[in-house]
Amino acid sequence: MNFEFTEEQGMLRDSVARFVQDSYDFDTRCKIAASDEGMSRENWQTFAELGWLSVPFAESHGGFGGGPVDTMVMMEEFGKGIVLEPYLATVLLFGGLLQRGGSVEQQAELIPRIIEGSCLGAFAYLERQSRHAITDIKTTAAVEGDQLVLNGEKVVVFNGASADQLIVAARSSGEQSDEDGITLVLVPADAAGVERTAYRMMDGQVVANITFTDVRVPVADIVGEAGEGYAVMSPVITRANVALAAEALGIMGQLNAKTLEYTKTRKQFDVPIGSFQALQHRMVDTFMAYEQVKSLLYRAVCELDGEGDDTAACVHALKVLVDRNGKKIFGEAIQLHGGMGITDELDIGHYAKRLMMINTTFGNGDYHQAKFNELRYSA
Amino acid sequence: MDTSFAPEDLAFRDEVRAFFAEAYDSELQARLNNLETFKEAVIDWQKRLYKKGWIAPGWPKEYGGTGWNATQKFIYETERSAAGIRDVIPFGLNMVGPVIYAFGNEEQKARFLPGILQSDDWWCQGYSEPGAGSDLASLKTRAVREGDEYVVTGAKIWTSYAQYADWIFCLVRTSNEGKKQNGISFLLIDMKSPGIKVNPIVSIDNHHSLNEVEFNEVRVPVANLIGEQDKGWTYAKALLAHERTAIAGVADSKRSLAETRAFAEREVNGGKSLLSDPLFQKRLSDIEIELMALEFTELRVLATVAAGGAPGAESSMLKIKGTEMQQAVQELRMEVAAYYQGVLPNDLTPEQLGHDFGSQARQTYMYGRASTIYGGSNEVQKNIIAKAVLGL
Repeated sequence: MNFEFTEEQGMLRDSVARFVQDSYDFDTRCKIAASDEGMSRENWQTFAELGWLSVPFAESHGGFGGGPVDTMVMMEEFGKGIVLEPYLATVLLFGGLLQRGGSVEQQAELIPRIIEGSCLGAFAYLERQSRHAITDIKTTAAVEGDQLVLNGEKVVVFNGASADQLIVAARSSGEQSDEDGITLVLVPADAAGVERTAYRMMDGQVVANITFTDVRVPVADIVGEAGEGYAVMSPVITRANVALAAEALGIMGQLNAKTLEYTKTRKQFDVPIGSFQALQHRMVDTFMAYEQVKSLLYRAVCELDGEGDDTAACVHALKVLVDRNGKKIFGEAIQLHGGMGITDELDIGHYAKRLMMINTTFGNGDYHQAKFNELRYSA
Repeated sequence: MDTSFAPEDLAFRDEVRAFFAEAYDSELQARLNNLETFKEAVIDWQKRLYKKGWIAPGWPKEYGGTGWNATQKFIYETERSAAGIRDVIPFGLNMVGPVIYAFGNEEQKARFLPGILQSDDWWCQGYSEPGAGSDLASLKTRAVREGDEYVVTGAKIWTSYAQYADWIFCLVRTSNEGKKQNGISFLLIDMKSPGIKVNPIVSIDNHHSLNEVEFNEVRVPVANLIGEQDKGWTYAKALLAHERTAIAGVADSKRSLAETRAFAEREVNGGKSLLSDPLFQKRLSDIEIELMALEFTELRVLATVAAGGAPGAESSMLKIKGTEMQQAVQELRMEVAAYYQGVLPNDLTPEQLGHDFGSQARQTYMYGRASTIYGGSNEVQKNIIAKAVLGL
């Protein structure tokens, strides 16, 4: 039994923490969020130089060969700075799909480019009707000779406006919500027939709706097997959910720390408001809410690391708790900051909005609770 | 014990419904929803209510009120919410107006009440200060008497719509003697006075409605003092109970919940609507059950007031439960919007975006976080109940 990080993991964490500390203060973050792309390409190059973009990739492709713990320690630190650069979209999703399902040629071509920071990627999975069901796909992929023809639309594509390459989840057979019949396709973002409409989200990121009109790519650009895309994307999304939970933990820790600090300094009725027992108890509750998320995160990461047989239930449970405790923590943080808590000028609201976005990404709490119930209690 | 409507109540309901259907037209609604035209549209709408004689249901008839009984007031509120009409801007009509007719002199009533009723004067509220929030009585903005004038220096914060306001009603410190609640005075200040500066505050919903208002040796005629100097806290307390009753917003929450339910019914995933999801149903019914109770709690308070009683600590309960319910509905609507809750306002049409209410839902939700903070935070309300009702 050991919950310590290895020396390498500790160094990785310290490296991200130092960057956030030195180069990602709240004002800087606001400027990046307000920029056209909602992220900094200069920072992305720094990430590449520091080796962060290589962490989850196999050593054979120039990667660091890291596991879920390595991703976790990085994401938690990213969360503390509400870092906007597209690590999730490019490295964990786009790169994760290539690593798990890509052909030898695809991997050899694209993974080194991700690692050196010259290829930004995105995973276009969501459609306007699909809510949290990742299998609800109407975009079609039809085979014509040695080509694949894509038609349809994807929405709220993270990093979709800046990405050079997309992996699109399209339907090649089956019914609209079937797991079978989903085909993952690599599409250059500048391919003929691809049209992107960019817009901003509350957490500062720029996303895109992307339409595909008779977009033609070689059949060789399928990622994994035709019609078998679900088997590739499902574990990648599971890992992404754990990574998002780690980011959420970093945010929750910051919210609690900042709120605690505020209640020690803000005086009303001639005393710090933190001296009121009613508020102390609430901060004890948010402290425990944070610790519980951390425990369940560690449990999920251990499952992933050992490919345990309870992985699915663990990750569903984690998303439920992140949702519930996240709302509690940011709700109290805003409330206890009083009027200041509802200003755009203070960072509290920005942490809250990122938590809200994490909660709705790849299934909200209710969605995962229903999945958990199905796994545990259905006959 | 009877809450059924008499025939004349039903006739009144029909009259209210017919008036709203005609007067609250789509052209007006469009102007209300546009930030550029918001202010003049609000004034336009309130003037229509004034012409109808319905601008101030809470006021005594002699000052321009409607003379409605509790049932009629309840019907009016219910119909207003059902028609999707926002309540009047409260600062003049629900806040300073009642203080002026209750505690002001004849000259002040004649001078200020018509402008409030006819919405010719836009009022804002100068209570909170950077250092005085929940502990309002610790306020420091000072007014020093010099001849026929007070000289006011200090700062007020969280002032809604100060950028539009013609007048601000302020609590100012006129004495440091004795308890801090003593020595506070209630002053009406012309926003055009030299020495006033309004600094915008952008809130968490990315909008600007809040402000900080600075006073730098602003000269205010003594004729603008309400009641007696140093007795302002008494007047303010009477107003706060009034404000809390008004912000329970049960009718609005009911309407919002019904809309949320309709949105959920529209969301179909895997052949099933979100409304048929048992977890969603539980969240919906949790809120609906609380609202069913709160609606009657509100009626009980209304009935007490109609019978001549004052809304006391019960108004604190309405404020706490009312705002908790507002936030619960707002949160549920966000869940219905799923990913689209995150979209910031943009120039895309709902057709291009693929969604029509996510952005609005989030703005309402985010700004809604303020409701448990303003009007005396819910923590302060609990202190009031603990003290005044439970005797702790």
